[in-house]
Amino acid sequence: MIKLANEADAIYEAQYQTMQKSGAAQRRAGSYQAFLERGLPNRRVESWHYTDLKAALAKPAPLAAGDERKPLLARTHDSIRLVTLDGKFRPDLSDLSELPVGLRVRSLHEALADDNPEINVALWPDGAGAEDAAVALNGALMQDGVVVSVSSGATIARPIEFVTLVGASLPEAIFTRSALIVGAGASVKAIETAGVLERETSNATQLNHLLALRLEHDSKLDMLSHISGFGGDSVSVFSLNAHLASHAQLKAHQLIEGGGLLRRQLFAALDGEFAGASFNGVTLARGRQHADTTLFVDHRQPHGASHERFRTILDEHAIGVFQGKIVVRPGAQKTDGVMQSKAILLSDGATMNNKPELEIFADDVKCGHGAACGRLDQDQLFYLMARGLPRGEAQSLLLEAFANESLIDISDYRSRDFVLERIGGWLAERTPS
Amino acid sequence: MLEIRNLHVSVGDREILKGLTLTVKDGEVAAIMGPNGTGKSTLSYVIAGREGYEVTQGEVLINGENILDLAPHERAARGLFLAFQYPVEIPGVATMQFLKAMLNAQRRARGEPELQTPDLMKLVREAAAKLGVSQEMLRRPLNSGFSGGEKKRMEILQMALLEPSVGILDETDSGLDIDALRVVSDGVNSLRSPQRSFLVITHYQRLLDYIRPDSVHVMAQGVIQRSGGPELALELEKNGYRDYLAGEAA
Repeated sequence: MIKLANEADAIYEAQYQTMQKSGAAQRRAGSYQAFLERGLPNRRVESWHYTDLKAALAKPAPLAAGDERKPLLARTHDSIRLVTLDGKFRPDLSDLSELPVGLRVRSLHEALADDNPEINVALWPDGAGAEDAAVALNGALMQDGVVVSVSSGATIARPIEFVTLVGASLPEAIFTRSALIVGAGASVKAIETAGVLERETSNATQLNHLLALRLEHDSKLDMLSHISGFGGDSVSVFSLNAHLASHAQLKAHQLIEGGGLLRRQLFAALDGEFAGASFNGVTLARGRQHADTTLFVDHRQPHGASHERFRTILDEHAIGVFQGKIVVRPGAQKTDGVMQSKAILLSDGATMNNKPELEIFADDVKCGHGAACGRLDQDQLFYLMARGLPRGEAQSLLLEAFANESLIDISDYRSRDFVLERIGGWLAERTPS
Repeated sequence: MLEIRNLHVSVGDREILKGLTLTVKDGEVAAIMGPNGTGKSTLSYVIAGREGYEVTQGEVLINGENILDLAPHERAARGLFLAFQYPVEIPGVATMQFLKAMLNAQRRARGEPELQTPDLMKLVREAAAKLGVSQEMLRRPLNSGFSGGEKKRMEILQMALLEPSVGILDETDSGLDIDALRVVSDGVNSLRSPQRSFLVITHYQRLLDYIRPDSVHVMAQGVIQRSGGPELALELEKNGYRDYLAGEAA
């Protein structure tokens, strides 16, 4: 028996006891045990070195009670929307009528009750993601979520949108876990959206969300994640865990708009020959926001490819983190891995921690990484101003161009325009420095 | 009209311009010639408003207004254009997008309605054709991967679109072969007008065979040492700058 060291541990213990009664008791017990062995990570844990989750969650909020309201949700994308509000999957807010052939949607509760091995393997991926303490806590306390399966060979034209919303006006802790299983040869687009429901929403939400992706042989997934951080005192962990079989192709883009303390974790296991994954993203943070993107790509089989391109823009006193690690296992010959992270600091008070890493155990691979931090190029800025652009407009033009470097691979022009518009909006709110 | 009056400029502890005075009237093309390191580029940057230079004394007037307290974009909106010696590459900003932003920023500053894309495209295409700027160049990121000649043509294209009242050409001939020099010079010559003043900064007389100046000024040691007509350029080509460097540390 591990001794409970502090108040936070006691609260999580009580929450675990509550959630134990809602199904998947054995799975939860395994996850909780893994969590207890690690505890909430502090800076001594290497993969959490720049984000002290233990300090941030010293006072865990009570578990979300769910929300019975039926808010009217504005439609941003032409998508099949699947909505989770305050930790509960909401069929009534989702587009469940007339689902296309080949698509099956169920709540996490239903999926757990089914105890289907194919779904279980997607919901509990192995590897680095499973060893992460925040993911383990999610496995113990997950309240709900949505599980989507796409039949082998199906092509779904409309994007499947996973919407995670928070609406409670008092601080609550929310644990959600969703999964997308893409059958062999299937081709799908997905959107992941997270944000607050309305202005009155608590600014101290604690959210721990995991989206598990399982891409079977020769399947294809194009994905855009748009995460708007919650209020100033919020703590959120958004994990994405992707498992790719042979010849599967994942293309993932993300736009992170900071809010409170926000951690984005991307775990990818390339577990079949010729699997390919790309992760590209833009992070925007200002004020006292803390925005962390941590990436772990595990090349387990030969002929895999992974490309990552991240751009971070920090203003005022924001803190940015990028940690990226590409591991190439002994058998994973002919791996092609490139990782690049660049940051622009718009104020002297902003901080960026940039740490790319390679761990290569195979001898015939092509891998590289690069990282850079700096301020806007003053020659470029002067050139634009000398042509008549006011400082703010010149800065915005350069920053949009900088962000755009990681968006050039978005194939869907609507998604691309959407992201560029959000970035433009964020830039328009700032005072030129 | 451009008037520079007793301009003193320092960088750190070092005074680079030491009381430079020069007037370029409406319709006039004035050439400044001078040896390397004499402050010619400093002069163009100070007029355009680049940071890092301290003006300790003097004035620069455009059409009678002192511009030294204005930000670079405000100077541009008042009709100043600097064709850069080294045009800056801006990967990620499409040339066409930049041209639109530049034109509309100045139109907004002057209270004129913004150009819509079809009108802009027409305007740019016509001006580009005259300068041999290809459609393919307009689609590329600004100045990125452009040759020296392409960059200079792009500068003149911007000047043609903005129709400034004062144009400063900083070493526009550097890096150009004879053909490109002719295209660029023709572009400048076609913009000569009774309402527009040009200040052409160059090392060599060669450019002035193509852009015939009304006046030539020799700059050395931070001031205008001598002024004259076009014949002065020929004399410099023959004798070099040594007469003007007397007293400088040998």
